[in-house]
Amino acid sequence: MKTGAKILVESLQREGVETIFGYPGGQILPVYDELYDSSLRHILVRHEQAAAHAADGYARASGRVGVCLATSGPGACNLVTGIATAYMDSVPIVAITGQVPTTMLGNDAFQESDITGITMPVTKHSYLVKKTDEISSVVQEAFYVAGTGRPGPVLIDLPKDTQTGTARDSPRLDKVVLRGYNPTYKGHTRQIDKVIALILEAERPLIYAGGGVISSNASEELIALATQLGIPVTTTLMGLGCIPCDNPLNLGMLGMHGTEYANFAVTESDLLIAIGARFDDRVTGKIDTFAPHAKIVHIDIDPAEIGKNKRVDVPIVGDVKAVLNDMLNSIKKKGIHDAWRKKIQYWREHHPLKYPDDGKLHPQYILQRMNELLKGDATIVSEVGQNQMWTAQYFGFRRPRSWITSGGLGTMGYGFPAAIGAHFARPDLPVFDVAGDGSIQMNIQELGTVAQYKIPVKIAILNNMYLGMVRQWQELFFDHRYSYTELPSVDFVKIANAYGIDGIKVESADEVMPALKDALDCNGPFVMDFRIEREENVFPMVPAGAAINEMIGGHPR
Amino acid sequence: MKPHTLSILVENRAGVLSRVTGLFSRRGFNIESLAVGPCEEPGMSRITIVVIGDDEKVEQIMKQLNKLIDIIKVSDLTENERVERELALIKVTAEQGSSRAEIMQIASIFRAQIVDVGAKSLILQVIGDTEKIDAMEKLLRQYGIKEFVRTGTVGILRGSKTVTSGK
Repeated sequence: MKTGAKILVESLQREGVETIFGYPGGQILPVYDELYDSSLRHILVRHEQAAAHAADGYARASGRVGVCLATSGPGACNLVTGIATAYMDSVPIVAITGQVPTTMLGNDAFQESDITGITMPVTKHSYLVKKTDEISSVVQEAFYVAGTGRPGPVLIDLPKDTQTGTARDSPRLDKVVLRGYNPTYKGHTRQIDKVIALILEAERPLIYAGGGVISSNASEELIALATQLGIPVTTTLMGLGCIPCDNPLNLGMLGMHGTEYANFAVTESDLLIAIGARFDDRVTGKIDTFAPHAKIVHIDIDPAEIGKNKRVDVPIVGDVKAVLNDMLNSIKKKGIHDAWRKKIQYWREHHPLKYPDDGKLHPQYILQRMNELLKGDATIVSEVGQNQMWTAQYFGFRRPRSWITSGGLGTMGYGFPAAIGAHFARPDLPVFDVAGDGSIQMNIQELGTVAQYKIPVKIAILNNMYLGMVRQWQELFFDHRYSYTELPSVDFVKIANAYGIDGIKVESADEVMPALKDALDCNGPFVMDFRIEREENVFPMVPAGAAINEMIGGHPR
Repeated sequence: MKPHTLSILVENRAGVLSRVTGLFSRRGFNIESLAVGPCEEPGMSRITIVVIGDDEKVEQIMKQLNKLIDIIKVSDLTENERVERELALIKVTAEQGSSRAEIMQIASIFRAQIVDVGAKSLILQVIGDTEKIDAMEKLLRQYGIKEFVRTGTVGILRGSKTVTSGK
């Protein structure tokens, strides 16, 4: 017989878990007592939200399920933003929370909150464990549900008496069988044939690749398909890295802050092949004018995404990797669509991304230097806002899982803790968190975590003393009325120093490269406070509700 | 916008109903009627939900319902020949004399049963589709309805088609 706490820890290890992120408290104490002697590595964060984001960053960087742990009540509630972030971006995490004993459930006991109820709309599934002997099967099931099909967060709520109670060890099942859960992996052959026929007859085909390409590890297949047929590829924010930035077929990101040439290509294409993407409003702009001349193919593992926002001509429900492999096996033809690629090349040459070349400290310049220094051999994490969009535009991603950002929920404060998780997933790679002065202050307490464990996260703060993206909207759409978006100057280097962390303030362009090198050479965490042009905007930009080819801040057409 | 009767086969577990209804409330749907109970398959329950909405919105909800781990099968009965029934219990004021006789006559026309007889009231039990129960309620109103309680609609496909797990 073993305690529930011991069964939990052993079940996690049985699932291959090595590192978890958490924060202790009353109702999870039995589990923490078990962790004291366990070989499972636990990283103590400074706020539970960071534990959830770290688990998420770990999952995105590794492709495995991330795990976070918190106590009941406030601890569990603090996980919610992190769980919702993972849910929106289909990231597999398992969140484990302590709960008041089953005998006290529903009595408003100290630090009780109905966390399965609270998280119901933002979890793929959740469990309120009532008996100790359920723990091992629940853990196995939770990992299976989180990591298969369209991945997502799963919550396990463990009342304290299930942790202290005892049960017999139950063996791990060979296979989890759930009557109501059978994801479709293989695409329908006839649908695949239809798509191939459409591709062969199209004149201006375009691939629109999303995060699903990365989560199904289908980057190689995507590149092979695009290369064989000569089809240009634009990616969503979540899809960046699925095709290298320097691949001539890659048009970069589309949508609100996408490249002009990507948005033009979407608008003029006659066949849009959406792969693991979900026609988000930040991608499509005004939905009726999105790809107005194109037949639309949609490949996705989640049938609920098909036709959700945009009518689709040929849907294929299935795992992106499996479907692309099937397509590759049945396509014999090669290199077509030359005229179309030439047209796109013209747009690319005449409508490149641009920012002022005036020697001032522009954020875009910093990202370009970072790209030059790291050459793709790094994990880049961002916060949310201008910092995120500049990174998406100017850092050249070369590899899937090298770019980690909160796309769907747009969670400020995500990047720093996610970078901590990413480090444990890929300790071999340097990790940079590109932040704004607003975002970094949402989880700045994690400087304590990186200092304690000497986690070498390099934080590049693009400091404009504004909540920059909101300020940009106020400038453009609210008549320059900067309502509550100005932030006072903060000495981030001093804050870092107070935690025993090195840092540097950068005020001119010529100091950028040396600062980045210092950061990279430093063994531990490092903070760079870049004092950028305060009112720099993210351009080009599709105003909310406009068609995506109606961009502002671009080149005249 | 039209009523859709959805038949949902679920695992009989704590929280399932709230997972299901949450998908409706999140989209601003009002559930017109709801009925839940165990069914022919061990460990499962069947939920019948009636909602009014656009076909596309309802289709999206059905797809989202299908994604819930505890849900085995979802079907929109509205597209097919089906039988739908509700049951209502109506407590009507019925003094001795002519009104009592009239109420009993109405009951017999609607094939309702009188399930309780009090000194000043009767309880009628009526089974039928929504329209029939509405019609009966309207007729009885003149006598004074003291209390009116009805179940949600339950529905089943006509012929040999079923909404089952298929196992």
